[in-house]
Amino acid sequence: MKPTSPSSGSIAGIIAPRPTRRGLLVGGSALGLSGLLVACGVGGGGGKKGGGGSGSGSIRALFMQQAGYSEENIQEMTAAFMKANSGIKVTADFVSYEALHDKTVAAAPAGTYDVVLIDVIWPAEFGTKNIVADVTDRWPDDWKQQMLGGAVTTPQYDGKFYGVPWILDTKYLFYNTAQLEKAKVDAAELDTWDGVLTAARALKESGVKYPLIWSWQQAEALICDYTQLLGAFGGTFLDDAGQPAFNQGGGVAALEFMRQTIVDGLTNPASTQSLEEDVRRVFSSGQASIALNWTYMYGLANDPKESQIPGDVAVLQTPAGPVGRPGVNGSMALALTATSENQDAGWKYIEYLTSQPVQDKYALSSLPVWESSYDDPKVVETNPAVVPQAKKQLGDMILRPQVASYNAMSQVLQAEIQKALLGDKEPQQALDDAASEAAKLLES
Amino acid sequence: MRPSRAYLIWIHVAAVVMALVVLAPFAWLVISSISPPAELLSPHPHWWPDHPTLERYRAIFGSEGGGGDVAANFRSAMLNSFVVASATTAVSLVVGVLGGYAFARLTFRFRRTSLFGFLAIYMLPPIALVIPLYLALANLGLLDTKIGLIVTYSSIVTPFCLWTMSNYFLSLPRDLEDAARVDGCSRMGALVWVILPLARPGILTTGMFGFLLAWDEFLYALIFTSSTQSKTIPVAIAEFTGKHSSDFGLIAAGGVLATIPPVLLALAFQRYIVGGLTSGAVKG
Amino acid sequence: MRSTVREADRPWARQGAGQHEGRFALLLLLPAAVVVFGVVIWPVVRTLVVSLYDVDSAMPGSYPFVGLDNYVRVFQDDRFYTVLGHTMYFTLVSTFLELALGIAVALLLNAPLRARWLWRSIVVLPWALPTIVNGALWRWIYNGQYGALNGLLDTLGISETPTQWLGEPFLALNMVIIADVWKNTSIVVFFILAGLQTIPSDLYEAARVDGAGPWRAFWRLTIPMLAPSIAVVLILRTIEAFKVFDIIYVMTGGGPASGTQTIAFYTYLQAFSNQLFGYGAALAYLIVLAVFALAMVYLRILKQNQLAGVE
Repeated sequence: MKPTSPSSGSIAGIIAPRPTRRGLLVGGSALGLSGLLVACGVGGGGGKKGGGGSGSGSIRALFMQQAGYSEENIQEMTAAFMKANSGIKVTADFVSYEALHDKTVAAAPAGTYDVVLIDVIWPAEFGTKNIVADVTDRWPDDWKQQMLGGAVTTPQYDGKFYGVPWILDTKYLFYNTAQLEKAKVDAAELDTWDGVLTAARALKESGVKYPLIWSWQQAEALICDYTQLLGAFGGTFLDDAGQPAFNQGGGVAALEFMRQTIVDGLTNPASTQSLEEDVRRVFSSGQASIALNWTYMYGLANDPKESQIPGDVAVLQTPAGPVGRPGVNGSMALALTATSENQDAGWKYIEYLTSQPVQDKYALSSLPVWESSYDDPKVVETNPAVVPQAKKQLGDMILRPQVASYNAMSQVLQAEIQKALLGDKEPQQALDDAASEAAKLLES
Repeated sequence: MRPSRAYLIWIHVAAVVMALVVLAPFAWLVISSISPPAELLSPHPHWWPDHPTLERYRAIFGSEGGGGDVAANFRSAMLNSFVVASATTAVSLVVGVLGGYAFARLTFRFRRTSLFGFLAIYMLPPIALVIPLYLALANLGLLDTKIGLIVTYSSIVTPFCLWTMSNYFLSLPRDLEDAARVDGCSRMGALVWVILPLARPGILTTGMFGFLLAWDEFLYALIFTSSTQSKTIPVAIAEFTGKHSSDFGLIAAGGVLATIPPVLLALAFQRYIVGGLTSGAVKG
Repeated sequence: MRSTVREADRPWARQGAGQHEGRFALLLLLPAAVVVFGVVIWPVVRTLVVSLYDVDSAMPGSYPFVGLDNYVRVFQDDRFYTVLGHTMYFTLVSTFLELALGIAVALLLNAPLRARWLWRSIVVLPWALPTIVNGALWRWIYNGQYGALNGLLDTLGISETPTQWLGEPFLALNMVIIADVWKNTSIVVFFILAGLQTIPSDLYEAARVDGAGPWRAFWRLTIPMLAPSIAVVLILRTIEAFKVFDIIYVMTGGGPASGTQTIAFYTYLQAFSNQLFGYGAALAYLIVLAVFALAMVYLRILKQNQLAGVE
């Protein structure tokens, strides 16, 4: 599980030798950028070095649109922050989630951003590849007690902190109360995955063609669903030695469960081409009775403008499997980039955004990372259906593998799991193949 | 010779079939853009919405600017795209026409090599160049600017123009040019006064498609732009499909609007593109 | 009208034209060279250099020099062959369909249709639709749950059971091709249409006088005369198809079961998601080589001796 470390070698700054300002002025004339070639050569120049800075000045932050806090929320918070810290000017940029990783990577060598929002699966990658800064020394010890357990682990890798948790999320079970009633299914049955199957069969009998819908498109969304099931069935991604173990026990049982729901006609076959938004669409149009999804679906599925089943939506903690009921950790954190020259100011901004009063104020958009917030009546009031479930679930979360080559590993798993779901391979075979590929990735 | 009646009927039937195939998906886009979300999600498609709505167009045009609303950014994106695509086309067309003529009509060393050198740039997938280009633009202060996009796009659209124009020049008869030369026109004079007017359909077609290459480009724009000052249409539309809030109707409305400028452009230039090429001047 | 580039054809070329032409060519080409290479030469060279190193982060640093190892690794990578297969299939099928349909439609639009401008305007529409919207539109049309295609088949009474158009790897690849062909046939139509304008009508008269039927005139006259235009769009479409990315990104994300992963998409995954920049750079240069090879084959087949660059 050791991260790939750049071994010895001679060339400095292959991708990003930073041309000097002077080189730039020279090169910036007629032939434009090609002047840079002369100015810096292949091996010259060093990378941009990050630094604390003066604690004031201008900083630039990269967020995502949608999900969690809205653009308006963030602009409001930022305005309030700047009012309280007159020496700091913050520019906030927004991209869609899909572009967040790529934009962060592309911008890293140039040092465009000081603060970036990172997904829970990136600290290992961004930490070892020196894209975000290690902020372990800045982390106050008491945060570790005051924040929920799942929050604390979000920005952690290899014992170090690479950010501060900000958006806390996991997948919950949503169901259509009207359809359950019609099929005479007791919602208490949905407490276990076995019960979900029984309920789905009854729902199918009662006329719901495909009671279950999932986000099983070849994408990270598939791994999120799989992770949650893997946890419930007692599997692990990696064993204690850091070797792939999802092809044993619970990992296989989870995939067999997924495949079986397709074979039995309980799962909508469109699931293998669906992302979270497709799940929401199908569920909101009343064409599925039960679905796993992030917190946000509750509000939208109950919104008459967006949904045909407003008022019929209920949310539960994820069902229990034979071993437990951990929710997949789908949280996000705010990080300082390694190339930021104004890290102190950036850190003040992060401290502000993640502070309890600010998070409590915007609890309707995204639930706070602070444990005590969940007992605050004002916070509970914002979303009375979700907060009690969240309180139970957010303390029990399962992480996807924290390895630097996670993305590559996830791609392999996505492809193999899909082969099993489509019936091209037996689940055991697919996961064995994925495990041997993953082992190679972990080695390199 | 007058075409026979049967032939005329046949071609009109064929044209109708073609129009149906082309229009059906587009019509569905338009219909989706005016269907309320609930109807979009009905198990059987509503071929015409029971309650058509212009809500999304109103959201795009009506809401306040200022960056708060995803849809409101659309208007500035539209303008940005237009500026970027027009400037890119202008630059690429001028240098592409000149260079294309050289490739078509002049003999010089490394002609073939240099033409393929240009084409190779066009063949490289943008993904391969994104990071070094980002750094270069950042150093020149051109990140998140329209100029930065124009500079980048010109480097893609120019090889396209060179390639199409050089081949178009080759398809033109040489005789007129030769005649002009014999008449004492200078080389440049022959190019400007004789060849260019002759090549107008080729130039306009190339320009039209060059325009769309820039109008359509997604990856560079996604990575290089971050504010309403420079975000282009494809980026703005992609933002409608964020992780958690996609409404196909909104994408459809954006798509319909994004289609209008290129269509107007094509219509404006169409009669030049297919209008009788040399109006009888070419007598082979 | 086939013009040759023989010196003898050009009276003025005789007096020391070689040098003169070279200088004039340089003058004409310089602006293009500045616009293109001024911008990309540094990134292009940089990427080439990166492909020789084991670079696994966007950040500057010391990375081991590995020579051609990245290229060797590409050829040892099973997934490379899979995505190359998808890409070749996508490229050959989509360019062939676009070309065949494009020529047919161009001939139609060149025929004495009433309200010709109307039909021509219609053909412009798909071209004007941005690729990412096109991808989203077709993803929506193919949707197995509430898509228009299933709805249409149901309405017409052809099939009541919804098909998951993007649910099977090979089917999905073909459905993506249809979406791509729908949009990109436009460009072929207009290039062929422009090419048709350069065919003098008296040639057809002559052919008719010689007793050639329309079919024969098409193969013996139209196609040879169109060959340059065909070569141009064929190569353009091949280049575009080989680096196809946006529509895949929007429609399928490479799924299901990697069935629609193309080489450019795979390059994106390796270079961006996985930050294997050395490997991704090697893949990118192999794309260029592969497209070159394909283009050469086409030019051979079309025997386009008069094309610029192919003496």
